[in-house]
Amino acid sequence: MLEVRWHGRAQQGVVTAAKVLGETCLRTGKYVQAFPEFGPERMGAPVKAYNRVSDEPIRMHCSVTNPGFVLIADPTLIGIALAGGMESSGGVTEGATEDAVFIVNTPKSPAEMRTALELDGKPAKVFTVDASQISIDKIGRHIPNTPMLGALAKATGMITLEDLMDDFKVNYSKKYSEAVINGNLEAMKSGYEGISEG
Amino acid sequence: MATEKSNEMQGLTGNSAVALAMKQINPDVCPAYPITPSTAIIETFSSYVADGEVDTELITVESEHSAMSASIGAAAAGARVMTATSSQGLALMWEMLYIASGLRLPIVLTNVNRALAAPINIHCDHSDSMGARDSGWVQLYSETVQESYDNVFMAVRIAEKVRLPVMVCLDGFITSHAIENMATISDANVQDFVGEYTPETSLLKDMENPISIGAMTLPDYYMTFKKQQSEAMAEAKDVVEEVSAEFAQKFGREYGLLDSYELEDADVAIVIFNSATGTTKVAVDELRKEGFKVGVLRIRLFRPLPHAEIAAALKGLKAVACLDRADSFNDFGGPLFNEVRSSIYDLEDRPKVISRIYGLGGRDYKVEDAKSVFEELLKVVETGTVEEMTKYITI
Repeated sequence: MLEVRWHGRAQQGVVTAAKVLGETCLRTGKYVQAFPEFGPERMGAPVKAYNRVSDEPIRMHCSVTNPGFVLIADPTLIGIALAGGMESSGGVTEGATEDAVFIVNTPKSPAEMRTALELDGKPAKVFTVDASQISIDKIGRHIPNTPMLGALAKATGMITLEDLMDDFKVNYSKKYSEAVINGNLEAMKSGYEGISEG
Repeated sequence: MATEKSNEMQGLTGNSAVALAMKQINPDVCPAYPITPSTAIIETFSSYVADGEVDTELITVESEHSAMSASIGAAAAGARVMTATSSQGLALMWEMLYIASGLRLPIVLTNVNRALAAPINIHCDHSDSMGARDSGWVQLYSETVQESYDNVFMAVRIAEKVRLPVMVCLDGFITSHAIENMATISDANVQDFVGEYTPETSLLKDMENPISIGAMTLPDYYMTFKKQQSEAMAEAKDVVEEVSAEFAQKFGREYGLLDSYELEDADVAIVIFNSATGTTKVAVDELRKEGFKVGVLRIRLFRPLPHAEIAAALKGLKAVACLDRADSFNDFGGPLFNEVRSSIYDLEDRPKVISRIYGLGGRDYKVEDAKSVFEELLKVVETGTVEEMTKYITI
């Protein structure tokens, strides 16, 4: 079973990102969970969201505490203890598995982020993608969630870019205008192409 | 009707699954006052109303007390009525809950379980519906998104058969806001299953022969009404079984009054409600691999209490922990503990029973938490003594 934890701030779309990831995996025949952890409901407040993905039905209904995949949509959350949510919790690396994959939204290099995450010399993999800039370029707004999803597809192969884009088109065409859909699809593609590993 | 055992999965949250179920049922009236975490049920359902996808009269009211009052009025007039609430909303309905059941009105209410203030908290525990357990409503508890959806259809049938209101409970956020794989039922098959609602009597049914509902009764008749209500509640147990069996036959998903897991040869077991059951089952599988005979009993129907079935399920066990996501503040364990303990009193060689209060206000309950309760139970069996009968865990 794959376990994913998303970190962001309210309005950055991490809850939606977890939803899209869950739906995409479900469409490829997996059992999934996608669920948020809400704290105080205000813009800018730290928010976490989770995914579980499995070939078998998933029965546990607790938070993900040992994620193998950590996506950080807002790099200002690195290095601070996050209060709030269902439980007071530590930083973005807390509980992550030894070989976890970290994907950080930042223009900085993976090496800089590895140091910032205090993962130097550890087997964890660190990727970076400038999802904020991509979202501003492609969608015209600072919502880094869809480029992060594209980056996840490239970094892990958990999902393919095609499945991700298909799912988004099918599930969100009713809700959003064609321009918004296309902008997000391009953002996914740019996130996929714009990821750096280090 | 064609049976439908679809394996086609889709991803819905508990709230959107309940809203979809309500759309497919297409009730006559839905009085509502949304509250977190059940808000999305009414929000989504109101879009169905606005888009003309249902014929329902949506009544937006100024409080939950009014939501239940309007539900009672509409149900007394002969309408099929549904609504949803949580926590303080259910607490504010309290006065009217008793009137709905006393008047024998088959209202279906989805309660998304949330802690009661103070301190104020929006997250899951069961103190809201536990507070309503003596209000004369049938209570069904749901482990998953799938079961929440399925229970709504069964609730309609149960309510209308025994003429009692039914409360479908699911866990706030954990189930209400989580996307899980689930299978839906076609609109046609839903309509076929729930059928047309034709009450035997109602205010609007026969204008030539008007009736009163809710008249005053003095000591001459009040107790007679209550005895009938009590008998209806007893009958509800059989009806829940019948309706669940019909549902299983038509749609392939089986639900009992209780859900026993690995109990046949178990020495110790946890008794629990709702979403935490799955987490406990994972702990059972892990401990079984290590050779420990552990199991879990989930209570799906809490009102009426299937006490004989609980006793039968726990017969032969040596120690049992009842996990309550609510406290009775009686210094004697949670509500589930007291009722399960009482249910097994007449068993010969009854198991020792302990009370553990967990997960209040959304506190996470993990596989490790279930495992440590099992470890405590195994120690009770080993030593033959209970050191702490009642205790808060996950704290």
